[in-house]
Amino acid sequence: MKLITTIIKPFKLDDVKDALKSAGVQGMTVSEVRGFGRQGGHSETYRGSEYAIDFVPKVRIEIVVDDTAVDSVVDTIRTSANTGKIGDGKIWVTDVARLIRIRTGEEGNNAI
Amino acid sequence: MQSEVQILGTQVNLLWVVLGAAMVIFMQAGFALVETGFCRAKHAAHVVSTNFAIFGLGFVGFFFIGFPLAFGGFSYSAFGLDQPIGDALLGSGNWIFLFKGGWALSGDGITPALLGFFLYMVAFMDTVATIPTGSMAERWKWSSFTIWGVFCGAIYYPLFAAWTWGGGWLAKTWDTMGLGAGYVDFAGSGVVHMVGGVAALAGAIVVGPRIGKFGADGKPRAIPGHHIPMAMLGTFILLFGWFGFNAASTFAATDVQFATVATNTAISGAFGAVAGMLWITRRTGKPDPGMMANGMLAGLVAITAPCAFVAPWAAAVIGCIAAVLAIETVFFVERKLKLDDPVGAIAVHGMNGLFGVLAVGIFANGSYGAGWNGSDSKGVEGIIKGDWGQLGAQVLGAAVILLVIFPIALGFFKLQNKITKGGIRSAEEDEIQGLDIPEMGVLAYPEFGSSRL
Repeated sequence: MKLITTIIKPFKLDDVKDALKSAGVQGMTVSEVRGFGRQGGHSETYRGSEYAIDFVPKVRIEIVVDDTAVDSVVDTIRTSANTGKIGDGKIWVTDVARLIRIRTGEEGNNAI
Repeated sequence: MQSEVQILGTQVNLLWVVLGAAMVIFMQAGFALVETGFCRAKHAAHVVSTNFAIFGLGFVGFFFIGFPLAFGGFSYSAFGLDQPIGDALLGSGNWIFLFKGGWALSGDGITPALLGFFLYMVAFMDTVATIPTGSMAERWKWSSFTIWGVFCGAIYYPLFAAWTWGGGWLAKTWDTMGLGAGYVDFAGSGVVHMVGGVAALAGAIVVGPRIGKFGADGKPRAIPGHHIPMAMLGTFILLFGWFGFNAASTFAATDVQFATVATNTAISGAFGAVAGMLWITRRTGKPDPGMMANGMLAGLVAITAPCAFVAPWAAAVIGCIAAVLAIETVFFVERKLKLDDPVGAIAVHGMNGLFGVLAVGIFANGSYGAGWNGSDSKGVEGIIKGDWGQLGAQVLGAAVILLVIFPIALGFFKLQNKITKGGIRSAEEDEIQGLDIPEMGVLAYPEFGSSRL
């Protein structure tokens, strides 16, 4: 089992969710986050003074999948979240040591 | 004997004054929303509470001694105030500096007309009192603020009001110095807004900028307000209240000039809003909502003195100039004076109060104001009519605010800062945390997770 974590642009959330559901993903966890990457935020003006928005709003999605599904899920996210512009975000994959469904106590792939 | 028609006219006029008072009092809601919206969420309960409490604090001071000091010698028969309730306290003849009579609205001569007039004037005083709550927002210690409220109502506002509207020495400069019709300020660009604006300036100087307002290099940093829709709603409430502020200053519904006044007020506010939008877009690329609001308010402040004396075209010109002045003054206050004024009170009320006072001496067209201040003037005339005397009276009035009233405000805040334990500014850790919990004991928005990012 792998945990796929991705940071995407907030307005792309619906596209990514729909694409993942079509690809057979059965669940995900979403949170609103803020951060910066290589560009380092951007600046705006308020009452004539510039101010830096150091942490740009983003959405984080977390999905646990079977090892065999990793490549297709990563591809689906890459395709559906891509705008070609700076700030599209990242995807990373980590190992999951143990997975338990709280209600039934099922473990492993049965709990996905 | 008065005819029944005359008596009815007097009654209707008094109704107009009381209705106007209610509208001006409602402006307190506008100030509360504008100032709270332009401040950060962590101070919102504190900022809105200063705007709430100032109404009563100033009122108390004005009730006991402020009103007599300013208006003890005032009468106006159009709404039934035939006799002043008192007379001069300091000075005599053309050189009166303070009045007396009707302390705590008690004693002989307390008539419905006097009480209606009190209600109208207390509303104007409260407008002055609430202006510094904007420039000193997010860092003004509560206990220090309350003392300002009472001081403003009891002494600070009544001084210049006595010298002008109350019938004191600045109203008589037509006689003593041959200046036009004396100091003319129809609804208070000077008496209310500039007097409040210089207090806002004095307060901002003494209390210092908010933590983080200026970088190590001295460059101003933007601290965006937390609720722009709230500030914009407040601006519209102020526009609504301004019709009471200006139009009801005729003190008479039988004086149909009130319609001219109301329309000139709307014209200046509308042109100010448009000019503000265009000017800030030209300067920074986007129509900053805060600056659009300041543009409209600047137009309203500037038309307040000349509204009864100018043609509609002049009201439009005044509104446009006012908005540009307001925006450039915001930049000047932040970048050159290195002062922090979260809502633009110094620019809107101070600078445009000054401009409004001078605008009477420039744009007044002589069609209204015969016998103003008891003068033999046939109508107030500015330099567009070739009369420079009126501008002289206006310059003198504005100079008195800058050279006498401003130092009084500065002295008050400096003295208070010296004798108050810890000064008039909130503790540093309270300011960083937000004043809501340390000073008010309650958060404005307790159910929002407070993000510290």
